[in-house]
Amino acid sequence: MTAAIEARGLVKRFGKTKALDGIDLTVEEGRVLGVLGPNGAGKTTAVRILATLLKPDGGTATVSGLDVVHQATAVRRKIGLTGQFASVDEDLTGMQNLVMVGQLLDLTTRQAKIRASELLAEFDLTDAAGRLAKTYSGGMRRRLDLSASLIGRPAVVFLDEPTTGLDPAKRDDVWDMIRALVKQGTTILLTTQYLEEADALANEITVIDHGSIIAHDTPQGLKRQVGGQTLEVRPTDVASLPRVRELMIRFGTREPEQPAPDLLSVPVTDESALTQVVAALSAENISVSELSLRLPSLDEVFYSLTGQNRTAADATTTKGAAA
Amino acid sequence: MLRDSLILARRSVVKMTRNPEQFIDVTLQPIILTVVFVFIFGGAIAGSTGAYVEFALPGIIVQTIMFTSLTIGVNLNTDIQKGIFDRFRSLPIARSAPLFGAVLGDIVRHSIAITVTLVFGAIIGFQFQTPWWHVAIAILLIITFAVSLCWVSVLIGMLARSAGAVQGLSFLIVFPLTFGSSTFVPASTLPTWLQGWVAINPVTHVIESMRGLLTGSTSVAGDTTTGQILWVIASCVVLVGVFFPPATWAYRRKI
Repeated sequence: MTAAIEARGLVKRFGKTKALDGIDLTVEEGRVLGVLGPNGAGKTTAVRILATLLKPDGGTATVSGLDVVHQATAVRRKIGLTGQFASVDEDLTGMQNLVMVGQLLDLTTRQAKIRASELLAEFDLTDAAGRLAKTYSGGMRRRLDLSASLIGRPAVVFLDEPTTGLDPAKRDDVWDMIRALVKQGTTILLTTQYLEEADALANEITVIDHGSIIAHDTPQGLKRQVGGQTLEVRPTDVASLPRVRELMIRFGTREPEQPAPDLLSVPVTDESALTQVVAALSAENISVSELSLRLPSLDEVFYSLTGQNRTAADATTTKGAAA
Repeated sequence: MLRDSLILARRSVVKMTRNPEQFIDVTLQPIILTVVFVFIFGGAIAGSTGAYVEFALPGIIVQTIMFTSLTIGVNLNTDIQKGIFDRFRSLPIARSAPLFGAVLGDIVRHSIAITVTLVFGAIIGFQFQTPWWHVAIAILLIITFAVSLCWVSVLIGMLARSAGAVQGLSFLIVFPLTFGSSTFVPASTLPTWLQGWVAINPVTHVIESMRGLLTGSTSVAGDTTTGQILWVIASCVVLVGVFFPPATWAYRRKI
């Protein structure tokens, strides 16, 4: 297999801040790489360099075998970019936005209109095609932006936090679209702040912080590294909390935490933990109002990987580092 | 690159028709200015509205175009803030295409503003006293001046943080240029110190050229229309020479 995206030692400085401090990324053709990190980690900077919007201060990168600095125009024919903020023209209709991008990609007006209609249908925007983009909801705008990135049938697509700010239903829509792209053989680099999202979509995950890579693994491997999943139990009756705690100690990897007055949580590594806990709860006749198994949050991932609390470590460094 | 610029020029024209504020700038605003100045001040300044429309209309055209040519910075700044430039930058088009597209779009806006003002002027009694090709030269001259001046606005638009700041700074530049000229009153009626500024203000020469080309007269004694036109061409060269390089430099840095 050949690498659709290959970056070696990317460095980018903004004034005195090092936004990227020597990053290596490789994405094989047709694969999805999730780049996971908090705000200011350097995710967007990396995407902007790979999408030719920024020049790196050091290192090299190729997309589809083309150098992003020296063959930028050729790279732009191969890529689609959807940023954190939907880059559509609010004073144009959905249709006009897509036709304009199509024309700029050297389609004839007729071809551009056909392609735009296809994408509008695919992204469920046909009814809104004639409306100004400023009347669109956040989710619609994101979909329009994504369609604009796909007009030229790019081989490589960059998605910079594609679901940030979307409600869960809209987020699922975007996930489905990303999966459809993968089916067509598109290579995708996706940045996100959610392990859950990277886990759902990516073949491999790179975790970055302060411009450096702190972990790279498959979703399975990464989850193993950060201590699997978190089990949360909220008993109906607060009085049964001590019994629940005892029970959770048996299945968890450490002492349960109490994130809310009536809620207990503990990391578990055994996949069958949930069923065992349910069985134990029922045997003891404890009723619960909430019971869940979830992936660790970004904070928990960082805690496991670096052994320090991100929020504390962050206070001094986040400022100034461009997201 | 030309095709890309034309596509983007079309975008800026479509946007203008969608944006009532900018559309009014080039349609209703010159009409209102003409009505206000000709019918309200005309009698007091020139003795009759008929005489004043001949004097003021070329000035009103120039003033409208001045204001219009400075919106390019506001528009470019907004495009960058809103992220649409990121879209352009990820496409295989010339980096300069969005800039030249905006300039071409502005030429369309200028043409609309000039046509509206001339037609409305003719309706309320403005009489063309020169051959048609003088009028054509007048239109060409004012558009050339506008395109030379727009680089000031492009530079401000690239350097200022917000579109509002661009607007504010642009007005600071436009006001002394338009009102400190012979737009509404003959220069000879002004105090001597102001006459000094009016004489070197390039806008005065643009207006006098327009007057000469549209009505065959100038209000500054001793200068021929040809002389005025040469002045204008010289100021265009200076404006482009001084502002085009830093404006395009600042633009390249952003895009």
